[in-house]
Amino acid sequence: MECWVTGWRNTDSGGPILYGEMKKTRLRLGFQGAKQSGVASNREWMVSALKENTMDSELSQVRHTMQEALQTLSSSSDGVQISEALRSVKHYLNGLQNIVPPREREECSKIHFSTFLQCLVNKLSPDWLELLPAGQLEELWDSFFLESPADQAFLVLMESIIVTAGPSFRLMKMSQVLTKFLKRGRLVELMWEICQQQVPRGSSLLQETLLSKVVCLPDHLGNRMKEHCPSLFFPQNYFPLLGEEMIQVLQKISDSLRGGSDCSISFLSQILAKVCIHGRQKEILGVLVPRLTELTQADCIWQRLSWRLMECVPDRGMEAVVSGLLQEAPGAKVLSQLLGNLVMKNKKAQFVVTRKCLLMQYRYPTEMLQNLLGYLALDSHRRTLLLQVLKDLLETWGSRSAIKHSPVEQQLYISKALLICLSHLKEAEIEHIREELLTTMMGGVQCHIESSLPQVRHLGMIVAETISSRIHSEGPKLKFQYEENTWTRELLSLVNVKPADSGPPASGSPIVPAPTAQPASLSPEGKAPQEEEREKGSDSDLDSDDEFVPYDMTRDKELKNTKAPVYIRDCLEALTSSEDVERWEVTLQVLESLIQRNPAATREVSTELAKVLLHLEEKTSMEGFEMLRRRALVAVTIIDPVQVAQYLTSQFYAMNYSLRQRMDILDVLILAAQELSSPKSLEKAKIPGPVEAGIQLSPAPLSPSLSRVPSEDWRRIVEERIKNKTRRFAKGPSRVNTANEPNKLNSVVGYFFFPLIQRFDRPLVTFDLLGEDSLVLGRLVHTVGILMYFAINTTAAVPMGKALLEFVWALRFHTDAYVRQGLLYAISSILLSVPAERLLEDMTEELLETRSWLAAVAENDPDEDCRKLAMQALLLMEKLKDKLQIGSS
Amino acid sequence: MALPPPPPQFVLRGTQSAVNSLHFSCRSQAQSPPLLFSGSLSGLVHVWNLHTRRVDATLDGHGGQSVYWVKTLGDQRLLLSQGRDLKLCLWDLAEGRRAPVDSLSLDSVGFCQGSVLRGGAQECWLLAVPGRGTEEVQVLDMPSKTSVCTLKPEAGAKAGMPMCLELWQPASSSHPLLLAGYEDGSVILWNVSERRMLSRLSCHKEPVMSLDFDSRKAKGVSGSSEKALCVWGLDEQQNLKVCRTQELTNPGIADVVIRPDGKILATAGWDHRIRLFGWKQLKPLAVLDYHSAAVHCVAFSDPGQPREQLLAGGSKDQRISVWSVYNQS
Repeated sequence: MECWVTGWRNTDSGGPILYGEMKKTRLRLGFQGAKQSGVASNREWMVSALKENTMDSELSQVRHTMQEALQTLSSSSDGVQISEALRSVKHYLNGLQNIVPPREREECSKIHFSTFLQCLVNKLSPDWLELLPAGQLEELWDSFFLESPADQAFLVLMESIIVTAGPSFRLMKMSQVLTKFLKRGRLVELMWEICQQQVPRGSSLLQETLLSKVVCLPDHLGNRMKEHCPSLFFPQNYFPLLGEEMIQVLQKISDSLRGGSDCSISFLSQILAKVCIHGRQKEILGVLVPRLTELTQADCIWQRLSWRLMECVPDRGMEAVVSGLLQEAPGAKVLSQLLGNLVMKNKKAQFVVTRKCLLMQYRYPTEMLQNLLGYLALDSHRRTLLLQVLKDLLETWGSRSAIKHSPVEQQLYISKALLICLSHLKEAEIEHIREELLTTMMGGVQCHIESSLPQVRHLGMIVAETISSRIHSEGPKLKFQYEENTWTRELLSLVNVKPADSGPPASGSPIVPAPTAQPASLSPEGKAPQEEEREKGSDSDLDSDDEFVPYDMTRDKELKNTKAPVYIRDCLEALTSSEDVERWEVTLQVLESLIQRNPAATREVSTELAKVLLHLEEKTSMEGFEMLRRRALVAVTIIDPVQVAQYLTSQFYAMNYSLRQRMDILDVLILAAQELSSPKSLEKAKIPGPVEAGIQLSPAPLSPSLSRVPSEDWRRIVEERIKNKTRRFAKGPSRVNTANEPNKLNSVVGYFFFPLIQRFDRPLVTFDLLGEDSLVLGRLVHTVGILMYFAINTTAAVPMGKALLEFVWALRFHTDAYVRQGLLYAISSILLSVPAERLLEDMTEELLETRSWLAAVAENDPDEDCRKLAMQALLLMEKLKDKLQIGSS
Repeated sequence: MALPPPPPQFVLRGTQSAVNSLHFSCRSQAQSPPLLFSGSLSGLVHVWNLHTRRVDATLDGHGGQSVYWVKTLGDQRLLLSQGRDLKLCLWDLAEGRRAPVDSLSLDSVGFCQGSVLRGGAQECWLLAVPGRGTEEVQVLDMPSKTSVCTLKPEAGAKAGMPMCLELWQPASSSHPLLLAGYEDGSVILWNVSERRMLSRLSCHKEPVMSLDFDSRKAKGVSGSSEKALCVWGLDEQQNLKVCRTQELTNPGIADVVIRPDGKILATAGWDHRIRLFGWKQLKPLAVLDYHSAAVHCVAFSDPGQPREQLLAGGSKDQRISVWSVYNQS
């Protein structure tokens, strides 16, 4: 006995980790609990075993054999003796069950066995195994683990692997045995064993331990074995295996249920939950879902089993399991088959499905939304939830603060969910909530349209259109104008999904139905061939004119008879007082070239002309009116920058202008500054078209130079190509033929810039930049940023940068994402345009403050673009630092 | 992306006044170059050599009054010109002669161009010109100048003045027919030998400015001062029927001509542009934009050498543009 205890003590150094916990548990559960907790409580058990001596004399023989064997094991180094001792213990194993009375076997497996196995593990070493020749001992050794009760063997193996430090012979051996263990499907035995036990629901400690060991097996093995870990223990291999084994256990359970005996499924649920919590939903559900789908197809017992499996998932695992299923299931029908009415029975599941997945997260793909809402729509009980979900979604969609503070992606997600929800609803159901829908929709669409981000506006329009068409299927419908892009198309395609389509698609990838949302645009094309056909039919000869290819006829416009004015003053007169519409149009068309040809004449009337142009209204529906007017204004500004810029900037803050006009002023200032700052501008004497489009449409052009490339730099591209294919034999630095000119903006940029940022905080009656006109404020911020960018290499750049930093600082917590984007852009252009030394000398304080703000934005801003822009600005700052360090060293 | 329309192959300048009428004469004997005749507002007829692209000869026979129709008879030597001095001159240009050999006094002061139809006999041809009365068309036998008939719509027809004439002879019969476009926008088909109206079609609301007829397909086209071209056909019962109308961008067609091979239709527009259409389906093919004033006339060169088929347009801007389009096949 003495040496046995010491033998145990020797191994105690790596101690059972659950020791302290066990002690507590034993107090609670009494002796029974301690017995079941197996190897974890070896020492406890030893003490109690001693006490137990008196209990049952029948069992003393077992105990005796075991103790003897243990003694031999620990002390002897004679191979024959050892193997005899082992064989004597093996009697009690399953192999020789008829000899050994069942009671003794049970006693053996329950109480003594884990100690024995532990001892075996301790003895494991190359020398020990060679005590008998031809690997006899090794074979014996293995058989103890592969044939003894699965839970004990598994636990001992795992515990020993965990406590073994570093790669060693013992570790390798044990991992080999574990591999065999897994390959023989002993996990099935293990789980089945637990499922059969009629223990009360409360998770006993043994179960708990087993659970954590089974699920964390890849982690433990990976931690111990590092790169030598066999591929079977990789998560991507182990969890599918586990899934297969679970199916086998379920199979056994279903068989036994058919046989009339009860089984508990909760251990499987716990495993499933734990695996999912560990983030391995894809691996395990990837196996479980297809198999379960197949099995539950026609079998109601399997269906029950599956439902029960999900119901028994503990609350903390519910979210992981349900969200995993929502993603893995190929369709709503399958989901309904697997989950049953889980959402109605389980509060947690209901919360996850109806709130968490829809309103609190937005990372899931659209298919998952379709699964989720399709699942809710499939059953009449669940449809009440669908209605509730619709109301909740609508409330969030229409809430002003949600629109302001949540990221665009989330709003897109909610809108998608709304559209899918609507497509599932029936007429009768809509009838009940029509009024409610209408009021929420009206409020919501207003909030959306007020937003300064175009995507948010589009979302509002599309959802409102859909709702209105569902509310009044016959009556008048809302119809908005919005550009079509991949975004809107995707949304519109959701509108037309029929609820019947929610079953699993035949092919692997879900087929998105062709958007039928543009019938209006399609129909003319669709009709054209028919018409042609008809015409052909009526014609006597069927041959066509196809042998001739038509030339371009786009320039075939209607002819105007009026003479274009030749003098600037004539233009003024024509634009202000002419009743002749054609003359007015012709004047506008020639105005830009006239201004460019007659700079002197233009300067005489520049302010007057700018005033006329700024107030010009579109009298007829003239094609390209906006563009012509803007070009003319830009041309005037370029010819006489000081006067016109002064006039325009003063008018920006003046009374009685529409927002459109104010934004036009900003556009004109940008374009004129660009023209002035870019070299060769006067030679070309033309404003490249795409630039206007870029500045006009995209909310934040990251760098204006980018958008200029296609039109302006073709010459550079061509020259580069020539250079690439030309070999030069001359030595010395290559001559660069870039047109170097002084920045024409240098002397005038102040007139563009400073008046714009002077009065932004003084609201007028009709114009409140800091209030609801944040769209204009956003444009203003972008404009000053762009002006800053163009002011590179000018003397005014330093004071401008300083003023702009202060301006940005004042607005940095603005709630509108568009404004924040502009501010971040402005920071970037300051960093680019102001010379680095001056930045650090003159504005150190401000820079440091800005830096911390940027870091905060990059971390926390809800808008993705803002985060990106902040990152960019931070990068620029880093570069600045590097440059200075290089310069100083 | 469709190709941009081609520029003119060359431009003839030097008429010093608006060009009213053009006529090619390319089916030449080996020794003489292809010619282009033009009649101008100043009363001169210019003979352009298409090889040198210069004026070969200038014919002055209308006393400074506008010439609005030129046409050769048979070969290059005989030329007809019709002017506002109420005279129709016949020129024989052989051997460098420059003087009219014959002239015919006309009674109408309108703008209606004449039309000729060569008879069976070599030296015998029919000429249709507007007659003495407002609505009359006179058909003469030339060169004897004897009147064959005078065609006049019945009393209540109110067709107005004839605006354009086209004499032709169907392949099936020997009776010559006359198509005439009138001021009220209608086209009337006359049987010349029986002197009766065969069919009348009101295809325009404005006066018919020009018409051309393709006897092989029994289909014709007419242009007016409206924004549309009208294509009409002739059925077995000699009835005119509208086949289709083709909308144009700008109103006013001064001249329509079908290319002799029956594949392409050209129009001279008041909107300074020459338009080309496929003749079979009237598919718009090209808009030739060169002139800076209204185009008065278009003409195709004679068939023969397909690669050298030319199109000419004469305009109020005193220039004649010569184009080489769609002549690859």
